[in-house]
Amino acid sequence: MTTTPGLLPSDFVSFVANEATAPFWRATAEHRLTIPRCTNCGTFRFPPAAFCYVCREQDVEWVEHDGNGTLYSFTVIRHAVIPGLADALPIVIGVIELPNTNGCRLIADVIGVAPEVVEIGMPVALDWYDVDEGSVPCFRPRA
Amino acid sequence: MTERTLKDRAAIVGVGATPYYRRARSLPQTTNDLAIKAILAALDDAGLGVNDVDGFALYGGSFIDVSLVAQILGVPEVRFTAGLTGGGGGSAGSIGLAAAAVATGMADVVVSVLTLQQANMRFGASFAPKAKGGVGAYSAPTTPESVFASNAGLMAPGQMFAMLVQRHMHLYGTTRDHLAEVAISTRNNAITRETSLMKDPLTREQYFDARMISEPFCLYDYCMECDGAVAVITTTPERAPDLRNDPVYVMGTGHGGAGRWGQAITWMGMPDEYFTSSGHRPSAQRMYDMAGVGPEDVDVALLYDHFSGMVLLQLEDYGFCGIGESGPFVADGNIRWPEGALPVNTHGGNLSEAYIIGMTHVKEAVEQLRGTAVNQVAGAEVALVTGGPASIPVSGLLLHR
Repeated sequence: MTTTPGLLPSDFVSFVANEATAPFWRATAEHRLTIPRCTNCGTFRFPPAAFCYVCREQDVEWVEHDGNGTLYSFTVIRHAVIPGLADALPIVIGVIELPNTNGCRLIADVIGVAPEVVEIGMPVALDWYDVDEGSVPCFRPRA
Repeated sequence: MTERTLKDRAAIVGVGATPYYRRARSLPQTTNDLAIKAILAALDDAGLGVNDVDGFALYGGSFIDVSLVAQILGVPEVRFTAGLTGGGGGSAGSIGLAAAAVATGMADVVVSVLTLQQANMRFGASFAPKAKGGVGAYSAPTTPESVFASNAGLMAPGQMFAMLVQRHMHLYGTTRDHLAEVAISTRNNAITRETSLMKDPLTREQYFDARMISEPFCLYDYCMECDGAVAVITTTPERAPDLRNDPVYVMGTGHGGAGRWGQAITWMGMPDEYFTSSGHRPSAQRMYDMAGVGPEDVDVALLYDHFSGMVLLQLEDYGFCGIGESGPFVADGNIRWPEGALPVNTHGGNLSEAYIIGMTHVKEAVEQLRGTAVNQVAGAEVALVTGGPASIPVSGLLLHR
């Protein structure tokens, strides 16, 4: 198991997927952040789901996003709720809002910043957490 | 056609509980043992027996197997058995379901029960992914949806609700002092009760010296992980007055939530207008509409308190103060017993009495309206009970004497 402070230890990372979500993880493995957009009504939806919540159509196009977002909320994990987390703490978990996606949000770790100075509204930029089977998006403060 | 309402068409006539235990300390009893002990206590409280029981109205699975419990108890005939979907958000709503059963004639004497034993599971890590090799055995299986949270390490309810409260602080200036007021006032209610697991007073200094678990929540913002069972007996208003204790009538109830509230804490995509809420606004309004009363008529509120901050958001969603104003509302002493305008969690709540997933709140509401509560609100006539904040459904219940 690989443990990097501020990130979920690699043994806990999972890429279990279904038909609706698999393209997302295939893209992240190539360090591309893509958000599905309904080809019928243009509504983005996240996490990926099999139906559009506005028009109930199924077809999507996967739109690449540069990952420049803002921190919508966050928590700083100080306590290891399961064995194996202790060496990774503290972890800053953010809810990242992505502009131009009708409000889609990602839940992702925020790295490269002292937990004490993290604040809501902070601009963040995309980074990647690579594990053996793929890559998970994470974020850093953006100048 | 009869008016479509449950108002005054069902009554709670019995409540009962096992002792409450710290996590895993109820062993070697089983969850069914605990449930049956609570059911028998509630039936005795009502002056009823197993032969009267014909229904079960549960929530979140309630961790009992109705078929086995009915078999062990020798219930003559089960005529109704149903449960609200979801988890703890259905606690108050399970009484609404019982009311629906008796009001429609599907059953006459309905048991609602929650039994809990956290020996082989922990609610504190209930969304934790299993590591390769099986470490982290407390958790639910990882799903294509859950990995969007768990891959960031978001795996505990406290971490998830911390996100909502953190943003509430950002938007409205809510502070840790406001969270402390919830924790301390709740503890003050627990220390007088024999049933409480936390009987020592909690000072402001202790609160601020406590270790952080998931910012902004420290140790005392969390409920406990407990074992135990609580049962409630609901019957018709025709039968209720002849039983052992004064009946407490269902005045209004609602459960559910906006569709895009959805899984709430595990997806964090709720619309901005109610992200920093408890998810209760739609069902709260339906509950008040059914009852024909408003928040100003509530004498005591038993608000589901898995985390201190979520009490604040419910105070707003049930209309006791404006949206964003719950911090100053509690700072003014409003939720304290006995002097506050709206005593909250007079039994010590999930935070300090015991965490039986909200069912202790129903029991306390009944005792308040009977006039037999340990921390009695003088002249209490209307009590509010809530279940959740949680994913859909959350629920509310108004009772009157």
